[in-house]
Amino acid sequence: MAHVDVTNLTKTFGTFTALDDVTMDFPDGGFFALLGPSGSGKTTLLRTIAGFLFPDRGAVCIGGQPVSAVPVEKRDVGMMFQNYALFPNMTVADNIGFGLRVRRVGAAEERRRVGAALELVQLGDLGNRRPHQLSGGQRQRVALARAIVTNPRVLLLDEPLSALDKALRIDMQIELKRIQREIGITTIFVTHDQEEAMTLSDRIGILRAGRVVQSGPPRDVYNAPQDLFTAGFLGDANLLEGHADGTHLVLTDGTRIELPVRPGVFEAFAVRPESLTLSADRPRGAGINAIPAVLRQRIFAGAMATCIAERAGQSFKVVARDRDMPDLPENGEVWLSWDRDSTLTIPHAS
Amino acid sequence: MAIHPAGQRRLGVLGLLSPAYLWLTVAIFLPLSAMLYFSVLSDVPFGDTDWHYSLENYRAFWENPVYATLLWKSVKLGLMVTLVSVLVGFPCAYVLAKVIRGRARETLFLLVILPFWSNSLVRIFSWAIVLRGNGVLERSLNAILPFEVDVNLMFSTAAVVIGLVHSYLPYVILTSYLGLQAIDDSLIDAARSMGAGKLTILARVILPLALPGVLAGAVLIFVPVVGSFMEPRILGGRVGTYYGTVIEDQFVAVFNWPLGAALSFVLLAVVLGILALASPILRKAQT
Repeated sequence: MAHVDVTNLTKTFGTFTALDDVTMDFPDGGFFALLGPSGSGKTTLLRTIAGFLFPDRGAVCIGGQPVSAVPVEKRDVGMMFQNYALFPNMTVADNIGFGLRVRRVGAAEERRRVGAALELVQLGDLGNRRPHQLSGGQRQRVALARAIVTNPRVLLLDEPLSALDKALRIDMQIELKRIQREIGITTIFVTHDQEEAMTLSDRIGILRAGRVVQSGPPRDVYNAPQDLFTAGFLGDANLLEGHADGTHLVLTDGTRIELPVRPGVFEAFAVRPESLTLSADRPRGAGINAIPAVLRQRIFAGAMATCIAERAGQSFKVVARDRDMPDLPENGEVWLSWDRDSTLTIPHAS
Repeated sequence: MAIHPAGQRRLGVLGLLSPAYLWLTVAIFLPLSAMLYFSVLSDVPFGDTDWHYSLENYRAFWENPVYATLLWKSVKLGLMVTLVSVLVGFPCAYVLAKVIRGRARETLFLLVILPFWSNSLVRIFSWAIVLRGNGVLERSLNAILPFEVDVNLMFSTAAVVIGLVHSYLPYVILTSYLGLQAIDDSLIDAARSMGAGKLTILARVILPLALPGVLAGAVLIFVPVVGSFMEPRILGGRVGTYYGTVIEDQFVAVFNWPLGAALSFVLLAVVLGILALASPILRKAQT
């Protein structure tokens, strides 16, 4: 296993800059998610690490060795593709054994390692099937087994779960995490699903327009986004418009709300939907901010409920467990309140 | 009376199928039946000839070894032309399907199907101008090369093969292209990520997956080439006597339609036999 470093990576396609001076460090044995909207460069970054693309500038190092000029077939990486990319003309066992046969490990060794890989992904007796005879989840597992059977230095996953339905996707997330821990392989994972990124990874990197906007453990990024884009992309955020005045924020209509006492200079302020509480009467107490609003809509989603409230032309989203959400009439006056310290303080307004 | 939806559907299917089958019946089944009828006659049933039913024409095939020898020569020609077309056409199809994109691909495609738009006789006579001694090919080579060369391919098997490959190459390019186009690029990426080099990918991923298309093209070429007569006659001259030219002679020169018809049916049987023998391989390639 190995850690991966990319330094000052720049990659352009014609006039489009896909990666713009990206520097990132992927720790050994970690599970790293690259998250961003489409066109943010996350797949370009993954394919550059894999060796399908070569950077215009900058370097890729795997395990300390520079590999920028090494093509993918010599880079010793395992890769899993969005559509699985299983060879339809081969059985499951031949698919998994493909990389071993290329490395000429011998028939007995190949059979042993393919068997072990099939056990690892819990497909023990499906070795003789063809890919078209498998379900989506099973194909997924074969693709994973095939990517790790050669003991690559890095495992790269390109939106591997996006083709699965939701229930199966959650099963596979758990499974993927288990297998990754079991073999301890450095894993880099591209996704546009922020929930999936937070569930699976121990570090995430947020990309936007070819640049890394923020990276770190998911909880840190979620709780302390460094700019408005990250705040809105990773989870939801209700922006508080106004200007800071010492320890208070003066909203556009003159309402003063309390800000948390934190070191630093902040340019924007926001509140997560789950930090907001909806109530009929104004809650009081030390460090509680409350603003009046009009309840517009209530959306039931099983365990959770979402309410949309409107205030001075701006809509606020409130999320709570359905049983904790008060049953208030739509288009009625309500109060939105939150703990002062749960306000997101954002240093850069992007 | 209301028509049942399923019945309506069946009517629709029949309506869509019937023009094609009607046409096939008129264009293939009727002439073929007429030929079958001719093949068991002793003489053409026109004018005041004296004719009767006989299997004489089929017996002629067995008794005169010339026919079998020529048929074998034609089959070999078919294999040769098919092989050359696949060897030339597959790389071309690969480049079209996997390397070139956009406008350049459209242009190259146009060049591939251009032979279809020209008259085949014009095409063949053009080759005659190119291949004959002191022809375009010889003069061009002598203009480029520092030493004199003597190229007279006219009236040789090589000329026949060149002419036939030119006529039928588009088939193998088009069918191989379709086969290659259907191969997802991520399969090639996946093979590369597992450390496979170009040759391994070609042998273990691309060729097996493109094989149905290549074989379809090969069959499309092989069948008409075995029965071809125009290219052998014009470009082959004296060596251009093949099974197809003999059949043509029976109809055009000797006016022995019954023998020509019988020889045609023997050819049909042999070609069907070869395809039947090859069908297990063809079917295996489909999966």
